[in-house]
Amino acid sequence: MFLKKQLPLLVAMFMGTMMIIQFFIPHPFSKNVYSTILDWLMIVTAFTLLIAVQSTVQMHITKIRRKVTDWQSSVIVLTALGITVFVGILGGAYAPTNILMKIFPNVQPGSDTPLMYLYIYFQTPMQATIFSLLAFYMASAAFRAFRARSFDATMLLITASIVTIGRVPIGQFFYANMPEVVEWILNYPSMAAQRGILIGVNLGMIATSLKIILGIERGYLGGGK
Amino acid sequence: MAISTSIWIWIAALLTLSIYSFLYKDNPFYKFSEKILVGISIGYTVSIYFHNTIIAKVWNPLVHDHNFLVIVPLILGLLMFSRLFKGKAYLSRIPIAFVVGTGCGMSIPSSFENLFKQVQGTMPQVFTIGNIIILIGVLSTLIYFFFSVEHKGIIGKVTRVGITFIMIGFGAAFGATIMARISLFIGRIQFLLGDWLGIIS
Amino acid sequence: MMKIINYLDHIDKRWIYLVLAIAVIFPFLFPIGCPMKITPPVSNMYNYINDSIPEGGVMLVSVDYDPSTMAELHPMGKALITHCFSKNIRVFLMGLYPPGVGLAQDMISNTLEEWNKSNPDNIKILGNDISLFAFVPGVSVVILKMGEDIRGTFNTDAYGNDLDSLPIMAGVNTYNDIDYMVDLAGSSVILSWIIYANGRYNQKMGIGTTAVSMAEYYAYLNSGQANGMLGGLKGAAEYEALLIKNNVSQDRNQASIGMDAQSSGHLTYIIFIIVGNIIYFIKRKKEK
Repeated sequence: MFLKKQLPLLVAMFMGTMMIIQFFIPHPFSKNVYSTILDWLMIVTAFTLLIAVQSTVQMHITKIRRKVTDWQSSVIVLTALGITVFVGILGGAYAPTNILMKIFPNVQPGSDTPLMYLYIYFQTPMQATIFSLLAFYMASAAFRAFRARSFDATMLLITASIVTIGRVPIGQFFYANMPEVVEWILNYPSMAAQRGILIGVNLGMIATSLKIILGIERGYLGGGK
Repeated sequence: MAISTSIWIWIAALLTLSIYSFLYKDNPFYKFSEKILVGISIGYTVSIYFHNTIIAKVWNPLVHDHNFLVIVPLILGLLMFSRLFKGKAYLSRIPIAFVVGTGCGMSIPSSFENLFKQVQGTMPQVFTIGNIIILIGVLSTLIYFFFSVEHKGIIGKVTRVGITFIMIGFGAAFGATIMARISLFIGRIQFLLGDWLGIIS
Repeated sequence: MMKIINYLDHIDKRWIYLVLAIAVIFPFLFPIGCPMKITPPVSNMYNYINDSIPEGGVMLVSVDYDPSTMAELHPMGKALITHCFSKNIRVFLMGLYPPGVGLAQDMISNTLEEWNKSNPDNIKILGNDISLFAFVPGVSVVILKMGEDIRGTFNTDAYGNDLDSLPIMAGVNTYNDIDYMVDLAGSSVILSWIIYANGRYNQKMGIGTTAVSMAEYYAYLNSGQANGMLGGLKGAAEYEALLIKNNVSQDRNQASIGMDAQSSGHLTYIIFIIVGNIIYFIKRKKEK
């Protein structure tokens, strides 16, 4: 029971309190401890990613085993993943490994790695293109849904239109000082609202952090006993 | 400029077009590309972690530098995998608590600092129209998000001002979002017409 | 009349896509070359890099975006590096996430090739004038650790070379030795840089962000936590324009060339919004 519930809460409380106290004590000893903990955190966080990868792989393996609808997609995902990991680990991240240079003598220490080729010519164009699809969806939404239904919606619509047209060079054709108008909106009324939201979010973050350190908020530990 | 003769540029161009084919309708080319993307992006991240973290931060210090202090975070990291064993899954709570607790402790003083700087920036040093707009805008927006008091009477009026500021803020953000989305499309067009087809320089 | 209104109201969305695509592609084939005003957040960053960083000084650029937003942020990084090269400022690149490190590597190879081709009398070398730190996980932890010990944070550059062996690292140990840093990102990681690097270690910094996030970060410019900002492709284009104006670059670059298409795309959106609203009001009047 202690190991399951109290110990994690104590660890969070101890580490949290220590990091707050450390902020106010710039003593060399405190700085050393702080630096060591930062080193440890880098390593521990790396494992959280590995867990995420493990669960994704597990999910696809299960799909293939159970032959669920569209299970062939999982085969493609796992094959692409497998090839990339193989090429990446064997060939190096940003500089070719010795093994790669031995197998392919024309590969020099300054050459691009196979992993970079996969990244730049496969992942980059596809990911960039998927996000650029949003330009089309938003255009469709602008035509169909962006209506001046109420005073608030009209305010939103007018500001959006001014910023849309004023942020690009063509805005100057309609009104020479358009860029200044847009800068004014972004610097004053828009910024005021953004700052109000920002202060609220900041207060929320502080409150949540305090609740975690004090053991009131326990959701991050997951459910169960 | 002429059409590209690089096989890599051709691959990138064909993958780009296969994703755009989705705009017409869902099709096997799009599905295939999408799945490859998922696989490669996970594989890429794993490879980088392997070389830059596992080898550089764990293997080298432990094996070459004999820095045995690395064992502590290594054990904490490995405890994460206890999630795979039903009866011992609770052990993974310890490293999670370590990461979350430390993160919270680190963020509290800095978040306060940030908060004070933002509040300080709101207080007008000189009374100009802009500064007064900022002060009114920040206060009314904050009051709008204060739900412990019913938005009636004077508070109701202030929140009305708040929502107007929020709408201007969202409007500006929406306008900027249009810009962002078009920029992403421009990036792909520059690649297709420039790097691939060589029509533009 | 109502027939046209009804037709437009139920138009297949693929026609809308096609109109937008033509509107964006057309200016590439027939460039207009719209004039462009430089906004204060961009000129502030340019002037700071130009006037306040000494020759041989150090600039850090954190590439914290992935391919999804590279169309907006990649030109910024290239423009910043070119500016630093022209002022003989040492540039360090890094990424808090693996995709960013890959894009930083791409940025380095492109800018080095272009610079060395057009400036044979001032050749820049990887490891001497520009470098890429290895990826280290932890995001905020990495930012904080850099304030204590940069060499201990990364150990090596991205290519596996010991940082102590690199000439570019001479005298660089913490944020105190970095004259300026710019975070290029489209996410809240900018906030981490502001509250940790600027807040705790007083690192002078600028922001390079997507147009989506731009409005949010004006609050930090106003509070003085950042002294300049490049917002979206327009921000990058303005920076490129300043480089051309000051004879650092000769040709219009990626972002500047895209500005005509950007203008035409925006105009199309505005037309969509106006036509959409006309349809809405006519139909509402008819229903009443």
